[in-house]
This record gives sequence, structure tokens and C-alpha cells, in this order.
Amino acid sequence: MSDALLEIDNLCVDYETARGDLKALRDITFNINKGEIVGIVGESGCGKSTLISAILRLIAPNTRFRNGEIRFKGEDLLTASEEKIRSLRGSDISIVFQDPMQTHNPVISIGNQMVDIQHRSKAPKAEKRAYAAKMLAAVGIPDPDARLNQYPHEFSGGMRQRIAIAMALMSEPDLLIADEPTTALDATLEVQIIERLKNLQKDFGCSILFISHHLGVIAELCDRVVVMYAGAVVESGTVREVFHNPKHPYTKRLIECDPGHIKERARVLPTIPGEVPDLANLPSGCIFRDRCLQAMDRCTSVPPLTDITESQRAACWLNHMEAAE
Amino acid sequence: MTAILEVKGLQTNYGDVNVLAGVDFTVQPGETYAMVGESGSGKTTVIRAIAGLAPAQAGSVKFDGKEIRGIGEAAMRPLRKDIAMMFQDPTGSLSPRLTIRNLITEPYKIQGMKDRDLDAEAKRLLEMVNLPSHFADRYPYQLSGGQARRVGVARALALEPKLILADEPTAGLDVSVQGELLNLLNALRERLGLSMVIITHNLNVVRHVADRMGILYLGRLVEEGTTEDIFKSPRHPYTNCLLSANPEPDPDARLERIALTGEPPSLLNRPSGCEFRERCPMASDICTNTPIWETAKGHGIRCLTPL
Repeated sequence: MSDALLEIDNLCVDYETARGDLKALRDITFNINKGEIVGIVGESGCGKSTLISAILRLIAPNTRFRNGEIRFKGEDLLTASEEKIRSLRGSDISIVFQDPMQTHNPVISIGNQMVDIQHRSKAPKAEKRAYAAKMLAAVGIPDPDARLNQYPHEFSGGMRQRIAIAMALMSEPDLLIADEPTTALDATLEVQIIERLKNLQKDFGCSILFISHHLGVIAELCDRVVVMYAGAVVESGTVREVFHNPKHPYTKRLIECDPGHIKERARVLPTIPGEVPDLANLPSGCIFRDRCLQAMDRCTSVPPLTDITESQRAACWLNHMEAAE
Repeated sequence: MTAILEVKGLQTNYGDVNVLAGVDFTVQPGETYAMVGESGSGKTTVIRAIAGLAPAQAGSVKFDGKEIRGIGEAAMRPLRKDIAMMFQDPTGSLSPRLTIRNLITEPYKIQGMKDRDLDAEAKRLLEMVNLPSHFADRYPYQLSGGQARRVGVARALALEPKLILADEPTAGLDVSVQGELLNLLNALRERLGLSMVIITHNLNVVRHVADRMGILYLGRLVEEGTTEDIFKSPRHPYTNCLLSANPEPDPDARLERIALTGEPPSLLNRPSGCEFRERCPMASDICTNTPIWETAKGHGIRCLTPL
């Protein structure tokens, strides 16, 4: 058996809308290996959230899986029974959501919520509570036994997000999905959460799929990164490859745009002019063509995601030209 | 030259909670001042108190030389055309039932400027923030976050204010859109001579837009100076922690991080002495004394063990 924990092959997902099919994900292909932290980076509307909901099969009624497979430990999640999926959610695959303020039930104490979440275990309640306290300590909440009696509003935002991480890890999942877990937090807390996730990943050995539009956070935390644009993967590779030697013009522009990259004060910051294309009415050819400064005739056909190195892949015709030269 | 905004000893209490414990800063005409700090440090309260949207029990707020603290809504209303707010939540701050045309021309109606050609004004404002003119007939739910932000800017600029108070103007925006908005604000500032106070926790943004910056901790400034100075040589250990907690888009830059440990103390139970000392990597015995504000060459600091 390979090292891959999650394999996504040619995944195509549409939303049926009054305006026609909105092609939210097109030919998504990437793997997450055991014990690996993979980041997905992309701007609003690139399909990050659709991808997560497809993996967990928590989908809106108008979602249509048109093609492809999502295999978790070799088993296709898209054809698995509802019962099977339910047994995976929250035990083998768990998730931390974006907004720590709205993740917890406001009228139930943290302790009771953390006991509830162990509903699959037959252990006595006292034992579950002790485990909850142990997990709170693991994410750095001081005085965990007393804190279990408190309610969400008695914790700060950073603490609530750490509690959400503790809860997601209680079932010792193989895959933890973190959907922009630091977006709602300020920079100091962001760093705390990243450090915490890194250490927990070492202790628990789980794989992490980390979604963010913050390039700095991805560079800091992840082993590999997948760059998405308008529902497609445009580039993937190790963080070093992608951040130091990007092979897709979109990745290049995205990195240039990050003000963290520009050390001297700039009166005019770089931007990517233009808008993301309408996914219900896809333009022909390369999806980034309209905004790409290097677009050429060949870009009227869709470039395939091809290998640049053993670990880096990009979907751009420029790389084919370079290879030919 | 009269400062456009002069804040002295500003204090805000919500019941027993002392949110602002005396904030002092000034903004010169044409200047952009950034206020940074962690969640709960009182950043938003500062600008809300200036605009009269939050209580301010003590201190002084002078706008263009005139005292405006506690002058009441009736006296404040005519000033609102000179002091514009940009709120944090771009979509939430727009009424969902009004079209963009009505939203951006509402300030004229409120200020009684009904003789204006509102259609022409709407067109002019949309053009100014780089939105197509047909957006005038749209509703807020039809806009993306970046577009809603730009509507917020248009609304804030409608009456050609002298001062803009912007609360996290780029929060939640994608990096490419964030650049667009900051460029827009910079260009408008140059063209219209605006002064701005920007609240943000994104230090990468501060470096590119602000002339001067203040660092707020538990409702008090702990350091203030030119942006360049503070980025180059921060003197307060807290500022240093903040600057080092700025994840960079480079996998090899994961070095020198000064960890900020613990949580900010409760405002109901302020620590004695230096309020940062329990989390401070530099703290020593003398920090049980209360540090006072000291300035040298326009660089102010409240610390007994500066860097």
C-alpha cells in the first residue's frame, strides 16, 4: 500500500443553478500522504470550501459530482454509503472551522461539549471528562479541570480556536482539515495556533489539510502546497519549490502581491487586475488567460497539469516552451 | 499648523471595564496614522470614541482645533461630513435593502444636500473607486467582499471629509484585492489631501500606508513613532513581539521568532506595575514600578527595560 492517506483524482464538481451549471471544481488532482501537512492556497471563489465539503460529503442539494474520485485509505468516499461516511466524519477525518466564535454551542459548558463529542466511546463519563481535561492541557489551556465548567464566552478568541482544535483531535483522526483556522485571529495568536498545530501534528502523527489565503501562514506550517485558481489546481509542490521557484504566472503574481514580501515602503502595491472568471460561463482555454501578462495564442487551449520536478507540477504552456528549448 | 486630530488622555469605560486608560496621539493634515495591537487592546474603541459612537468619560478630542468630545449628537452631526468612518465588516455595514446608488448618495440626503444631482454623484463616486457605473442598481448581496469594501470607501468619501477613520479596511480581503484597496486609499489621499487613522492588526499593511504608528496594549499606547523607525528599531518588547509574529511568505524565513506567551490580562483586573511584564521576555524586578511615557526624537515609549 502506498503512503497516500487521501487521494483526489480528476475531481469535477458542479453546482446546478438557474444560470446553468456552475463548474466549481474541475479536474482536481492531488494527494496527502500520511503525516504530511498540505496547504491549499487560493483567493475567494477558488473552490477551497467546495473541496472540503466534497471530502466530507457535507454537500448542498444542488451539488453534482461529475467525475473523479476521492479515496481515503484506498476507499472511494464519493460512492461510500452514508453510514460509512458518518462513521468517518469526526473520527477518522475531523475539521476545524474558520470562526472560533461560532464553533461552540454558547449555552453548554466546554466540558459537556467535549464529553458529548466522545459519544462513540463506551467509557464512563468521568473518564471522558478526564480525557477532555488532558486535551485542553495539550493545546495549552491553563488550569483545564476548572476551565471545563466554563462557557464559550468566558474564553478569548485564540483560546476558543485552540479548544476547537483540541475537540477535533480527541478522536485521534488520521486527517485533520483546518479551514482558515487563523483568519479571524490577529497575528500573535495566528503564530501561536500555527506552532500549536505543528507540535500536535508531531505528537498525534495525523495528516493536516490546511486551507488559507494567507501565504505567510502556509509557508510557515506546510510541507507541500496546492495553489488553486477559479476551481482548478494551477500548481502544486513543496513549499520551497512553490514559494522560491513558482512555475505558474498566477502563483508568481500572488506571491508578488503579498505585502509581507515587499520590505521597502511602496506607495503602489502590486495587484492582479481583472476579475475571476464566471464559473457558470467558463471562458475557453487557460482559466487565468484573461489576467495573465504572458498569455499567448496557445493559451486558448487548456494547459494540462504537468510534472516540472518529481514533486512540483504546474498547468501552464510556458513550461512546455521552456522544456522544448 | 493645527493638527487635524488631537487626542489627549482619552478614557472609555464600559461599566466597570476600563477599556481605554488614557490615549494620546495627534494626526497632522495629510498624514496617515496606524493604530495596531492585539484583539481587545481597544483599537476599535479609540476610533469609535473619536467619532462619538462610543462613550468617552475623560480626556479631550480636538478636531481641527475644536473640542468634540461629549458635544452631543446634534453638534456632532454637521461634523460628520468632515469625519468619515469605514467600518470593519464591509457587507454588514451596508443596508441590504438599499441599492448601491442609494447607499453612496445617502450621506447627501442626511446632510441635507438634496439639490445635488444624485445620479451624477453616484456615477462620479463609483468611478472614483473603480467600480462600473451599472453597479449603482445592484444590492449589497450581489457584491464580493472587495467590491463591498470599495462601496464603503465611496460612501466615506462622498462628502469629501477631512479625516477618515478606517477600522480594519483590508480584513478578510484577498491579497490582490487588498493591494487594490490600499492603492486606492493612497491615491485618494494624495489627490484630496485626506488624513487617515487606520486600525489594523496586519503589520504588512501598516508598513505601506502609514506615516506614523502607535502600538496599543490594554487601552494604552506603549510605543509610538514613524513607521520606518518602529519597523527598523522597535524599542518596546511588545512591539518587537508583534513585529516578529508576522508570518512571511517565505519557507526559509521561519527563524527568529520571539514568542508572545500567555493571554492578554483581564481589563477587570489590570496588573500592577508594567501591564505587559507577565508576558514580557525582558521583564526584570524594576518592572513592578509603573513605567511612564517618555519621548525622544518623536519616538515615544512606555517601558523600563527598552530594547
